[in-house]
Amino acid sequence: MLTSTLLLSKQLPTLQYSFTPERFDESWEAPLSTLLGLGRAAGADFIEFFLERVNYISCLAEEDAITSITPRLSTGAGVRVFRGKADCYVSTNDLSFSGLKAALEKGLSILGLQLPAPNAFIPEINLELLRDYASKRGKDSWLPLCTSMRDMGDVLLESTTQLQQKASHVQSRRATYFRDWQEVLVAASDGTFARDIRLTQSVALMLLCADGANRASLAERGGNTSDPNFLKAWDHKQAAEQIAESAGKMLYADYVESGTYPIIMANHFGGVIFHEACGHLLETTQIERKTTPFADKKGEKIAHEALTAWDEGRTENAFGTIDMDDEGMPVQRTLLIEKGVLKNFLADRTGSVRTGHPRTGSGRRQSFGYAAASRMRNTYIAPGEYSTDDLFASIDKGIYCKKMGGGSVGATGQFNFGVDEAYLIENGKITKPLKGAILIGEAKEIMNKISMCSQDLSLAPGFCGSVSGSIYTTVGQPHIKVDSITVGGR
Amino acid sequence: MPNISEIANYAKESAGKLGIKKFDIYGSTADGTSVQVDQGEPKQVKASNLSGVTVRVWNEDNTMGVTSTTDVDPKGLELALKTAYEASFFGVKENVPDFSPESTVPLDNSSHDKAPQAPVSDLIESLLAAEKEVLAAHSAIIGVPYNSLSQRDFDRFYLNSDGAMRTESGSTSSIFLYSKTEEDGKKPRSGGAFRISKGLDHLDINGCIKETAEKTISHLNYEKIKTGKYRVVFSPDAFLSLLGAFSNLFNAQSILDKQSLSTPDDLGKEIAVPLLSVYDDALHPANIGAETFDGEGTPTRKVSLIENGVLTGFLHSAGTAKRMNAQPTGNANIGAKVSVSPNFYHVFAAAPGEVELSLETAENVVFIDELQALHAGVKALQGSFSLPFDGWLVNKGVKTSIESATVAGDFLEVLKSITFIEKEPELTPGGVCPKIWVDELSITGD
Repeated sequence: MLTSTLLLSKQLPTLQYSFTPERFDESWEAPLSTLLGLGRAAGADFIEFFLERVNYISCLAEEDAITSITPRLSTGAGVRVFRGKADCYVSTNDLSFSGLKAALEKGLSILGLQLPAPNAFIPEINLELLRDYASKRGKDSWLPLCTSMRDMGDVLLESTTQLQQKASHVQSRRATYFRDWQEVLVAASDGTFARDIRLTQSVALMLLCADGANRASLAERGGNTSDPNFLKAWDHKQAAEQIAESAGKMLYADYVESGTYPIIMANHFGGVIFHEACGHLLETTQIERKTTPFADKKGEKIAHEALTAWDEGRTENAFGTIDMDDEGMPVQRTLLIEKGVLKNFLADRTGSVRTGHPRTGSGRRQSFGYAAASRMRNTYIAPGEYSTDDLFASIDKGIYCKKMGGGSVGATGQFNFGVDEAYLIENGKITKPLKGAILIGEAKEIMNKISMCSQDLSLAPGFCGSVSGSIYTTVGQPHIKVDSITVGGR
Repeated sequence: MPNISEIANYAKESAGKLGIKKFDIYGSTADGTSVQVDQGEPKQVKASNLSGVTVRVWNEDNTMGVTSTTDVDPKGLELALKTAYEASFFGVKENVPDFSPESTVPLDNSSHDKAPQAPVSDLIESLLAAEKEVLAAHSAIIGVPYNSLSQRDFDRFYLNSDGAMRTESGSTSSIFLYSKTEEDGKKPRSGGAFRISKGLDHLDINGCIKETAEKTISHLNYEKIKTGKYRVVFSPDAFLSLLGAFSNLFNAQSILDKQSLSTPDDLGKEIAVPLLSVYDDALHPANIGAETFDGEGTPTRKVSLIENGVLTGFLHSAGTAKRMNAQPTGNANIGAKVSVSPNFYHVFAAAPGEVELSLETAENVVFIDELQALHAGVKALQGSFSLPFDGWLVNKGVKTSIESATVAGDFLEVLKSITFIEKEPELTPGGVCPKIWVDELSITGD
């Protein structure tokens, strides 16, 4: 015979829950169910708890010494409360039952909601059986399998030695590595109850060469999710060779002559052009703010027919890969643009409620300090039908943007991004290195000027900053041709 | 969060248990609320009460390790100390960071005044009213997509096993408005403004509304600008953005790491026109939320960086000061490798210019209001920049908004090409600065 699990609000102060403090497991179901019920009894339409535990470490090698090893431990929770379309987000470091309850009460009171009277029933919230992506995929063993402090130092020192050997006119050389282990638990009043572990690692080499007044600084980054052995398997020799070769070419490069040019943008990190010029504008966050020109264009042609683009979280080991988003939804593959026609937006829960577009497993956040928002995961332009030779052959005078820097897009759709390594194209051939280029344009215009895509899709790790903080993402594309774009220089 | 005495006691007990004799801790707590609105309705309220500490531990071999944690109860602090101790065996063996010699110097100006926190409903009402006024300023303004009104209380402390103990508290309140226009056949335009004060009562919300509306409206009638060389006037915000992007010039740690445009021998060299003087002054009266000690417990102060065009000083931590035979300056951030950063710039004219220039009379000058994409367009180690900007072409006082363009140049050349520094300083989040006139910069437009 079933016993009643209904609670009276006056019983709350005397409740004693024993949940596992060092792990997010099924033992958290009872306290979180009670808190979600309390929020509903107070009149909230929807409540979500996001619990997080982080074990992070970074390491820096400069010249031939390890100069910094920095561990960081973090625990915390965020509770989001909805009343109608208004919402409140409260974050706290305190993961005890009373700490979580205090955060919930603060959120409720901010929205003008009062806790139920002492004899009120607290409705039971039936959470689903814990969807545990961590246990299912053996992720609980990842942290102890990660590279030790000693080994991470050894790998970085080997790589700075490689830089010294491969490059000339070296002024400084650095290597950095970080490992970000994150355990998350999501419980919501619609029954969502899910757990995951993410392991994100990144290693980067930075080289500054100087010869008199000539200077060149270049960097190369590798990234990975879900492989504890990533650092040891990283090919630091090849990375050092690439960066040394690029620095050698850029050291004596002329400044680019400003103007409007056709350009070829290399694959790999070149994908930042789509990320900035279009990806951000397909997030429902932008529809809510009315800062995207594409808000009412679903089903319409917004780009050249040569362009097809995806955003997904499933590519094995890519930097933006996740099994579930930060709202507990299983990740999916989302077709953004197909042959120039806009197919889908990226929606989190709030974006879906406020704009009507279906959720896509895109609710992401940097940490418990932020409410989730619609964000990109692995975003890339699909391979096309041309060879890279075809692209070069189509240009009499233009610029080859081999290595991109960062970029940004503003509220009016204007975007920009820097070029770290560029070359002049004359009569279909690369002729000389150029430096100091920054590309600017407007999203609506540029999307119709990406007229040729080659077959060599390649992905690259990146960091994306927006309303819910800095998150790990992938950009990517094959070599593409942009018919014309403004290039700022001297 | 436990109070500072409790944290100190927990740390001492845990350190004793672990056999750790030398440690220091920097920590802070922040209790904040911010609101956003959208088209006359509250959009999102955020509240947080967060804390964090960084512990440094020196082992028997005098190498140092560090760990940060948000868990400041006895168990969390013990784990942090333990992790830092473990990391200490991989710490540097040369130039090991040490306690600042000034961490126990008496401080008499630490503030512990907090402004009363306003009810959330007041924040929402104030921001809704602000949004309404911006929308009413012009029919083309269709939204204020980015807006925020926030208040925050903070406490920070530094303590070490040699008996240093510093604390301070304070409050800040700020408003940010950023509006957007739409007109048939024209490109969307935007403009924004920011204000900060100690408490909501003194926050210049009306000034923020006025500036946001005026700026946005001024961009409605835009035109392309022809590519070429122009005389450029940097707004205080734009000039400080550029100065901040090239702050490695003054950063002693960057200089020692060969990650700077300066070298130790550059002190005393003329790097700018004699018109220019630059200080870093955390204690400047205009610095809201000024900090009186840095992450190593060193008191902050006024530091002369450029005097009459001559490089006169660097920003130091305790470690860089020791290595360069100087004094720490109160600019250190605690860490395994102590980093150095500016506190609050004060830029001013060291002497009157030979000519008095004015936007009311000058012909065809580019007034750069705000620089964008500094993370992408600045090559801090090369000295060069190429940046998109918001601004106007100004001809005898008539401002015409520039559709989209970039400005490019070399920062060291910019410092040598300043022709005029206006008298009236303006307050920005990063410091105080007047408008700065520079000759001959490359503008790429049409």
